[in-house]
Amino acid sequence: MTAVLRASGLGKRYGRNWALSDCTISVPAGQVVGLVGPNGAGKTTLLHLAAGLLAPTSGTIEVLGGRPLDGPAQLRRVGFVAQETPVYAGLSVADHLRLGVWLNPGWDNDLAERRIEQLSLDPKQKAGKLSGGQRAQLALTLAIAKRPQLLLLDEPIASLDPLARREFLQGLMVVVAEQGVSVVLSSHLVGDLERVCDYLIVLVASRIQVAGEIDQLLASHHRLIGPRRDPGRMPANQEIIQASHTDRQSTLLVRTDEPIIDPSWAVEQVSLEDLVLAYMGRTADADRRPALSEVRS
Amino acid sequence: MIEFHLDARSGVSPYLQIVHQVRHALRLGLLSEGDQLPTVKQVVARLAINPNTVLKAYKELEHAGLVASRPGIGTFVTTTLSDASLASHGALRQDLERWLAKARLAGLDDESIEALFGDVFRSAAQRGVA
Repeated sequence: MTAVLRASGLGKRYGRNWALSDCTISVPAGQVVGLVGPNGAGKTTLLHLAAGLLAPTSGTIEVLGGRPLDGPAQLRRVGFVAQETPVYAGLSVADHLRLGVWLNPGWDNDLAERRIEQLSLDPKQKAGKLSGGQRAQLALTLAIAKRPQLLLLDEPIASLDPLARREFLQGLMVVVAEQGVSVVLSSHLVGDLERVCDYLIVLVASRIQVAGEIDQLLASHHRLIGPRRDPGRMPANQEIIQASHTDRQSTLLVRTDEPIIDPSWAVEQVSLEDLVLAYMGRTADADRRPALSEVRS
Repeated sequence: MIEFHLDARSGVSPYLQIVHQVRHALRLGLLSEGDQLPTVKQVVARLAINPNTVLKAYKELEHAGLVASRPGIGTFVTTTLSDASLASHGALRQDLERWLAKARLAGLDDESIEALFGDVFRSAAQRGVA
């Protein structure tokens, strides 16, 4: 199976600042990929590079086996919805579909009209008068109706209320079930993505911290609680992602593919949110102080 | 037809929650042989979860011999659980009573026994053993 997204040493620099650096990744097809990281981490830059809206400063990126900047044939295979799900405020819903027909050779107008009807959107309504949730649904409809193999969605639900979020994700999952389209969607909240994604990329401070299938990530990360321990004396196959100590107790979040055999540890499962926060905290710590320091409580 | 629901705070993965809910419905007789499970599309449209999660749950139920998928039509229950499982309750109860006696002999009080059972039960469920 080809990778939907493959990057090697990918970087993008604005002036002296790297918005994305040394990004190497291979995402298999047929997945719903969550791209998570704080604001300003480089999520939008990565998505724009994949959509062919930006050219890389260094390294390479392949999308569906082709280069994003290769031209119209490549663009046709990728659907992109930018942040804030932009639509033309002065055009009606029906105008948007008409535009879609003119601009996209593979346009599936039956699909677009069916979805507009299911969403109970009034075709004569001006897009500027739609609610945030309806606008997001319209933008998603336009992206789907060009029948892409890959959908890129930049923070599609960030500005929506909880009900609109749920409805948007329901619609998106139906599309995935019906069309088998691969999806990459970004969010700064992992909670939004946990149910819908099967693959996760954590991007912090312009670098990918961890990436993988969510099931595997959850199976390979553990929280260890036990008597106070020097983190330097942990087995070599256990990478410490996060450590905190009191005078008697150590709590570690480790990544390992081997079972934890040391009986002095109580081993707990880690939630996806804790896992992501641990990786985010790790970079914050590394920025503030180079040495691993302790937290006393 | 049954409907699934997800408890985000349970710590049990969504696919296991679906498996448990089907097994539960079978045990209670809400589902019996020949009944259809909701289609993948119906489940994702309701719960806003990844279709692969539903497929994984249905595959596991199929593997356990509880359901069978008919391509293009849907997934159907192939067994009725309630009677078969009732028969084994006696033996399981004996095992559990024996275990309880052992725990008391080792000096555990009620609270410790409950805590230990709950802990093993939850971690087994999370690993997918239960």
